[in-house]
Amino acid sequence: MARKPPRIELHTAPHAVAAQNVVVIMRNVVYALLPLLGYAVWLFGLSAFMLILVVLLSTLGTERFFNWMGKQGSTLDDWSAVITALLLALTLPPGFPLWMGVIAGITSIALGKALFGGLGFNLLNPALVGRAFVQAAFPVAITTWTPPFIVTRFTEFIPSTFTLPLMQPIDISQWLATSGIDAFTGATPLALQKFQSIATPVESLFMGSTAGSVGETSAILILLCGSYLAVRKMMNWRIPLYIFFGVVATSALLQLIDDTNPDPLFMLLSGGVMLGAVFMATDMVGSPITPRGIMIYGVLIGFLTVIIRIYGGLSEGVMYAILLGNAATPLIEMVTQPRIFGARKAPAKGGTDD
Amino acid sequence: MLDDKITSETFWEGVWENNPVFVMLLGMCPVLAVTNSTINALAMGLATLFVLLSSSLLVSLIRNWIPKQTRIAIYIIIIATFVTVVDYVIQAISLDLYNALGAFIQLIVANCMILGRAEAYASKVPPVKSLVNALGMGVGFTIALLCLGSVREILGSGTLLGFDLFGEHYQQWVVMILPPGGFFVLGGWLLLFEWLRQRKEQEES
Amino acid sequence: MTETTVEKPSSLRMIISLTLVSILSGIAVVSVYLYTKPIIDENKRRAIEAAVLKVIPDAAGYQPFLLEDNTLKPATDSKTKGLLFYAGYDQHKQLVGLAAPANAQGYADKVYIIYGYRFDCECITGVKVIKHAETPGLGDKVITDQSFVANFDALDAKVNVEGSALQNRIITVKHGAKTNPWEIDAISGATITSRAIGKALDIGAGQLLPQVLKFRDQLEAQ
Repeated sequence: MARKPPRIELHTAPHAVAAQNVVVIMRNVVYALLPLLGYAVWLFGLSAFMLILVVLLSTLGTERFFNWMGKQGSTLDDWSAVITALLLALTLPPGFPLWMGVIAGITSIALGKALFGGLGFNLLNPALVGRAFVQAAFPVAITTWTPPFIVTRFTEFIPSTFTLPLMQPIDISQWLATSGIDAFTGATPLALQKFQSIATPVESLFMGSTAGSVGETSAILILLCGSYLAVRKMMNWRIPLYIFFGVVATSALLQLIDDTNPDPLFMLLSGGVMLGAVFMATDMVGSPITPRGIMIYGVLIGFLTVIIRIYGGLSEGVMYAILLGNAATPLIEMVTQPRIFGARKAPAKGGTDD
Repeated sequence: MLDDKITSETFWEGVWENNPVFVMLLGMCPVLAVTNSTINALAMGLATLFVLLSSSLLVSLIRNWIPKQTRIAIYIIIIATFVTVVDYVIQAISLDLYNALGAFIQLIVANCMILGRAEAYASKVPPVKSLVNALGMGVGFTIALLCLGSVREILGSGTLLGFDLFGEHYQQWVVMILPPGGFFVLGGWLLLFEWLRQRKEQEES
Repeated sequence: MTETTVEKPSSLRMIISLTLVSILSGIAVVSVYLYTKPIIDENKRRAIEAAVLKVIPDAAGYQPFLLEDNTLKPATDSKTKGLLFYAGYDQHKQLVGLAAPANAQGYADKVYIIYGYRFDCECITGVKVIKHAETPGLGDKVITDQSFVANFDALDAKVNVEGSALQNRIITVKHGAKTNPWEIDAISGATITSRAIGKALDIGAGQLLPQVLKFRDQLEAQ
């Protein structure tokens, strides 16, 4: 093996702060996700742990496979595939059959990233592509929830976790009944609100002691982890703020029109808004960089989330809202090109779609 | 450029070298829309094959007789006639099949593969050669539809031609029967064939 | 480029060629139509017959009728406005029930059904989906899901005392929440399609049954 050439980094002034490269940022995002993962395992037990592990392995395996196919070196050490895997696992229900988790992991990398040319070229957030695929393929399994704090969660798995590959998830209603869970309807706070008009207390939403995806339930923990990244300037905190604004403004307006619609605070804290806004919409590849673009992008996602939740057939809309926001990003950047300093008119639009 | 000699290439061109779906990407509308089960794909493939054969033969027969200026209109009339015939015949054979294929039978008229064959091939060669070529193209189209239809049916319903493959607990991949599934599976097959083609080229060079 | 002297054909030749092809095409289409029409009609009739006999379990034969402007008349092939229904008779030519088409907006497109109604229990005895474009694997469970189909073994459809409407409107409730005989227990995961069928029944039966009951004697005499 030839000796590595010495690393020479060239930067323009100022030189006071070391440049943050992609790997450092990605590694810190993983650090920020660790508390969420720990809390998820605390809430949902062994099944959540197993799911995270399996999704991680399948995602990394797929990434490596495409490295091999493309005859390039391993890209596992840039941590981006790890983030994809962890985010994907956090958006799945705790009792999700492991074989479906494998499918989700493979699709997220293959369809969401490798086909576009790898990190930096993907139009959409890979984790959400994987989730959207399994949502469309297995609509029942992905909306089968289990409650947190099941007593036996550290000694036994949720039965549906070990469903045989290609088979329907094992029915868990019997198991839930024998596990001492009374009157659990299998619905998330959003579904309760949408289909039965049952409100969930705000404290439960903050702490995450509700049914839901592995890592979306605790609003406060997500905000804390997000702040770490924001403080270290590794995440654009404006994006989540604009999304929150979009959600609150849209739901407040809709509640004004028809007061049976849920209130803004509930909309903000329930479902995947927090996780999506803080960790997924802020994906550096899929979000715009111009200041006005960020505003449009964030508010658009917030707006779409509420519209899909209230008028759509599903109870949750964050995933599709972010995917649509990702898809609109090139267009948003095109129309919000800042004026070149000193130029009289904005430069000709189009042509700079890098 | 086109001589009148019939070679094996006349037939195999449509099946492999210039497969209408996997190489030329023609007729995508029925390819994506009616391949959610093998039987639909087969019916669609055969209907298209019939229209392609008859229109190619007829166009080739009258190729020296029709004026250049009206040829496209005449091709369309000929194709539309055969499509209408197929439409009635399928309705007479099975209403269920007819309902499953829906508007896509009528839309065979708009399948650019058929008009393309009439304009680019059948109008320039004698009837027998045109017929052989149309047969190859039609078979290639049907095979492509079957490729898509079988994969989508196996994953989406767990059956093949209606026979249960995995038992009653099979988890159906709903997305495969829906329109996105058509795109996914088509993309997968294109990837596979392109990969095979490239490997062959590498071996030859 | 070598064809510098392209001979321009006369307009007459173009007109003749087009006319000739069109005439031949017309002849071909018409002859196929004439040949296949009886077969297609027979297919359609058999499809309707199978549906009608399925939704009225005891029926052995049926007669199509039209209700128009408060009069009852036998339905013929000619197009007339009015409510179409099929009266079902058992082997002894006794009136047992009726079947009628209905439709309502589903998830993707309208769902078309035929439902059966029995006079003795005043209830709906079966529903057959004729045409739908619902999501395979989800919406089409309304055909395959046995517990959903069981909703229509005896779905209450009594007409109120005044004979103006259904006594209890047919409603679709969330899966597992059925408490009354006029409620339909929806399929979880296919709520919208379940509701579409409930709505089709509610509107269809609500409109037809009160009127038909006035003609029951007339139907029995047939």
